[in-house]
Amino acid sequence: MSAAQSVPATPATAWERIELQRNKNRPTAKDYIPMLFDHFIELHGDRYFGDDGAIIGGVGRFQRMPVTVIAHVKGRGLEENKASNFAMAHPEGYRKALRLMKQAEKFCRPIICLVDTPGAYCGIGAEERGQHEAVARNQLEMMRLKTPIVSVVLGEGGSGGALGLAVCDCLGMLSNATYSVISPRGFASILWKDASREKEAANSVKITAEDLCRFGICDAIIQEPMGGAHRNPQLTSEAISAFLKESLKKILEKPIDNLPETRYIKFRKIGVFEEGQE
Amino acid sequence: MLEDLFGKVKSRVGILGEGDDGGKVSVPEDMMFKCPRCRRVEFMENFAVAGKVCPHCNYHSRLTAGERLEITADSGTFQEWDKAMKSLNPIDFPGYGEKLRELEEKKGMNDGVVTGTCSIEGQSCVIGVMDSHFMMASMGSVAGEKITRAFERATEQRLPVVFFTASGGARMQEGIISLMQMAKTSGAVARHSDAGLLYITVMTDPTTGGVAASFAALGDIIIAEPKVLIGFAGRRVIEDTIKQRLPDDFQSAEFFLQHGFVDLLVERSAMKKTLGRLLRFHNAEEVRL
Repeated sequence: MSAAQSVPATPATAWERIELQRNKNRPTAKDYIPMLFDHFIELHGDRYFGDDGAIIGGVGRFQRMPVTVIAHVKGRGLEENKASNFAMAHPEGYRKALRLMKQAEKFCRPIICLVDTPGAYCGIGAEERGQHEAVARNQLEMMRLKTPIVSVVLGEGGSGGALGLAVCDCLGMLSNATYSVISPRGFASILWKDASREKEAANSVKITAEDLCRFGICDAIIQEPMGGAHRNPQLTSEAISAFLKESLKKILEKPIDNLPETRYIKFRKIGVFEEGQE
Repeated sequence: MLEDLFGKVKSRVGILGEGDDGGKVSVPEDMMFKCPRCRRVEFMENFAVAGKVCPHCNYHSRLTAGERLEITADSGTFQEWDKAMKSLNPIDFPGYGEKLRELEEKKGMNDGVVTGTCSIEGQSCVIGVMDSHFMMASMGSVAGEKITRAFERATEQRLPVVFFTASGGARMQEGIISLMQMAKTSGAVARHSDAGLLYITVMTDPTTGGVAASFAALGDIIIAEPKVLIGFAGRRVIEDTIKQRLPDDFQSAEFFLQHGFVDLLVERSAMKKTLGRLLRFHNAEEVRL
């Protein structure tokens, strides 16, 4: 076997990929936005309560086309992460996202969401301001939007917090990204009463990009460079860009008015059960 | 009165104590209700007479789907849909298939959600009831599909939906497939709403996690039973995150009423009447002078 063949581009197990996601040099949405979009202008606030640093939103150009960009913000280092709350958004973050998405629909701009979060924040303020309602509302409204929505999971696709930006026409995942109903740690803690078994949980609950493609949830795997996105952020960004271009082109070929219907059908099909006999 | 109390205990203990456990006195579990809210103890009999509401603190405890339908639907009007639908094991999670078959056998039901049509105070509607006695009524493929079909059929038949929610959240054992049921059910609610139809959520104990964060939060009118638990994240998760103890009433129905996420609290004894009235208010045929 040649050397090139013996080193796979993407590690085999979910756990190894999670370790790669945790590499301190892994590019974040803040690194990708200037590479993917020209003249990005950030727009702040949900108009009700505040501005959530965990989600960044704004307008920019993707290959000359105006688009709305919404992304979870992972920081580098403690200062940045304090400002972005480790990408765990409060309700006002989801409400800001929704406000900007509706603005996108009004001005016929496609929406690009970059997903990278451990989950929606769990805390007192989050509950008081209706985290459940904010996440639910985004799903309902995103199902209705008459404008293309393309989401990319950059690293961590954490549960409802990820889904609040991922009800889309087309979902891409970086090759080392994962997307799950709960963190492996939470899973091990709830089902096995032993949080230390998180590695085992990660490898058994089917959270890799390949798994999600098989389930019909993910539409494309965006290949990272050998060793992970941090080895060559520019190359990774180009791969994301190619994915966005191709998916937007495909979506824009069809009538915009049919988008909510096809988006609903995409999610409607997901589920594994048997009808049984009465 | 005290003697009365004792007499009741004695008679039950007597009957059950004569068995083969070597004469050891044991109080049967089904005899007393210990309220998870105020922690006071009450005879099951008194608790049952009160409609399974704690006579001390008014906590509205959990009902089975059958009990809920019995006190909600007009007699003989309930017709169930998709009764035989069963979960499979989409992510091949070890032990899940066996656990399901065991529960199906034991509980006599296939999942924690019952859907169908009925009339409430003479008003036709689609009704859904979640039963926390089956795997905490967690939402996996079966729940997601039954809920989605209920909204789709309500849309086709132009009927309102009344949904009694109760759930621990997404069903972990079905992994990412469960998460997608949130989007799927929310989409079905959107289409029902776009058709101009009424959706009433009744949040019962407990309405949490992925169910609270999807179709349950999207009613035109959101009712909650008093003292029930509602919330996005689990109490322990929040306490671990913020490193402090939370007040007792945190994430209660009253808490969410105060914060604006619940329209009204309704006592179990007044639920049917209130639902009937709301259904009539939203019946287009009644809008005339």
